[in-house]
Amino acid sequence: MSAGAMGETAKPMLQVVDLTLRYGALTAVDSVNLTVSAGSRHALIGPNGAGKSSLFAVLGGTIRATTGQILIDGEDVTAQNEVGRARRGLLRTFQHSSLFMGLSAVDNVRLAVERKEGSPLRPWPSRRRDRRVTERAEEFLETVGLTSRRDDIAESLSHGERRQLEVALVLACSPRLVLFDEPTAGMSAAETHRFAELVEALPSSVTTVIVEHDLDVVYRLAQRISVLAAGRLICEGTPDDVRADEAVNEAYLRAGRSEEPLFTDRPASLSVTRPDDEENEVPR
Amino acid sequence: MTSTSGGPSPTSASIERPTPAGGVGASSSRRSRARLGRLVGLAVFLVLAALPIFLAPYPISLAGRILAFALLVVSVDVLAGLTGLPSLGQIAYFGVGAYTGGLVAIHASDNAFVQLGAGVLVAALVAAVTGAVAVRASGIVFLMVTLAIGELTHKLADGLDAVGASNGLAGIPPITLYPGGEPLVLAGVTYWWVLLVFLIGFGVAATVSRSPLGRSMRGVREAEPRLAAIGQLSYATKLAAYVIAGAIAGAAGTAWTVQTRFISPGDLAFSVSAIALLSVVLGGAGTLWGPVIGAAVVVLIRDWVSGYVSGHGELLLGLLFIVAVYALPNGLAGVASGRLRRRRAAMAGAPVAGEGQP
Repeated sequence: MSAGAMGETAKPMLQVVDLTLRYGALTAVDSVNLTVSAGSRHALIGPNGAGKSSLFAVLGGTIRATTGQILIDGEDVTAQNEVGRARRGLLRTFQHSSLFMGLSAVDNVRLAVERKEGSPLRPWPSRRRDRRVTERAEEFLETVGLTSRRDDIAESLSHGERRQLEVALVLACSPRLVLFDEPTAGMSAAETHRFAELVEALPSSVTTVIVEHDLDVVYRLAQRISVLAAGRLICEGTPDDVRADEAVNEAYLRAGRSEEPLFTDRPASLSVTRPDDEENEVPR
Repeated sequence: MTSTSGGPSPTSASIERPTPAGGVGASSSRRSRARLGRLVGLAVFLVLAALPIFLAPYPISLAGRILAFALLVVSVDVLAGLTGLPSLGQIAYFGVGAYTGGLVAIHASDNAFVQLGAGVLVAALVAAVTGAVAVRASGIVFLMVTLAIGELTHKLADGLDAVGASNGLAGIPPITLYPGGEPLVLAGVTYWWVLLVFLIGFGVAATVSRSPLGRSMRGVREAEPRLAAIGQLSYATKLAAYVIAGAIAGAAGTAWTVQTRFISPGDLAFSVSAIALLSVVLGGAGTLWGPVIGAAVVVLIRDWVSGYVSGHGELLLGLLFIVAVYALPNGLAGVASGRLRRRRAAMAGAPVAGEGQP
């Protein structure tokens, strides 16, 4: 429906219908409707505590939505867990790099390639088939520019390199939709630039949704932006639309664009009742 | 930097190209290390195979018991070291293998291969059933569940009249290798059989370790939630590892019975599980050969050195473990392989490589 409104033929890759997530009395995500058309780069922004990470966790399948529906390429995945969604092409990166730290860069990617193209439970090595998996893994390493770090364990990579490796892992899963959770947090300016280049170079078959604090990165990468405040979508449009929007500016001004939470009335016990610890929406 | 879905042809060529950061140097040093490893392995095998020529019957039976125990330790390492599931229950599958082998020997066949096959099969089946529950847990809960499995098996063997209850299973005949063959009674000859079983079990573990399953197992160990995020079923991986470890422990059990020709509940005591897990820690979890050396050191101290310190072997073991935990965080294997050294070198090199990038 919104694809028609956009005047394009692109069908929606992700549809979020009336999605609500409640933790007890707290509504972290409040009846959000969102449509991301196939092949586009969509950004999700908002002040701290707006519910971005909660929404991401629900999309990724680590937290169950209270009500609402999630459709990937028209298929309802609301009841699917993380594994089921990953197998349908929905992949996510994490706010804190979570890699297989003790394994080499190439082994990290091989694990992902093996799932997609090999047989991850085969208990004996096979020279021919394992070489094919290795070659594929090396291709993904080259795509993200980590060929020279092939045999180094993930733990020894720099922060930016770990993020690159994470992209390689995600790509190796043949994603249709990638959720990037604050990918450039903690990166140097040069690393951020390289990362943006990497995202821009992704094939058009990959739809991306990015949660990001760095608005420069958002305006550079995103074709459409959704703004979230207090769990609600308050604005959606092109970067220019969003820049000009009164409500958005007000929300950000109130937050002072600092790391202060916009709303301070959230219960302090939130982190205790939360079922998942990947989150960092808790007021700092 | 552009295509990810393209075929392997355009990119594979450039990957073969030597990289300035020493990719080729690293892989060639890895190859020479592998060659060295094979040579050492061959030498160790020749020495082990020649032992019956030089040693008296008692030391030979001790060596055989060390090998059987070492194979049990290998099975613990498959879980604790490779998969990150520290288990105190492998003695259960060792016991199932030992009792199955003994029962087959008494009631059905004195053929060693039949006993080995039956022991491995039953142990794997029991591991599949119990593992289906156990691998749902992880960390300390897994440790407790496996401890319970080990203790239950111990109690079962202690109470079941069909397997001799607390008296144990006695009257196990010596093995034969082929139908109508001579019974093998000499300690040196049964030792060779135990060595063969050990090599098969170790070979299975080494094969699994180098396989895609082995990599998935390491994935579980390193970051199980991440494995789910890339769509892999960590439960199936853990269960497969558990069944394989159970089968290896079962093989170790049959090898034990073959040479002692007696198995009692005392052989399945908790202390054996504990010492097996500690051997893994001492030897270096995750490498397969490290824990084997750990097992040898542990049994030699308990059964041989303790004779010279008037029975204070357990005390010696305790001290050894304290020293090992503090001085050898990666076990004996960590000292030899220089993995730590490489890791430190890589860490030191990382910022330099970062600066060198445009």
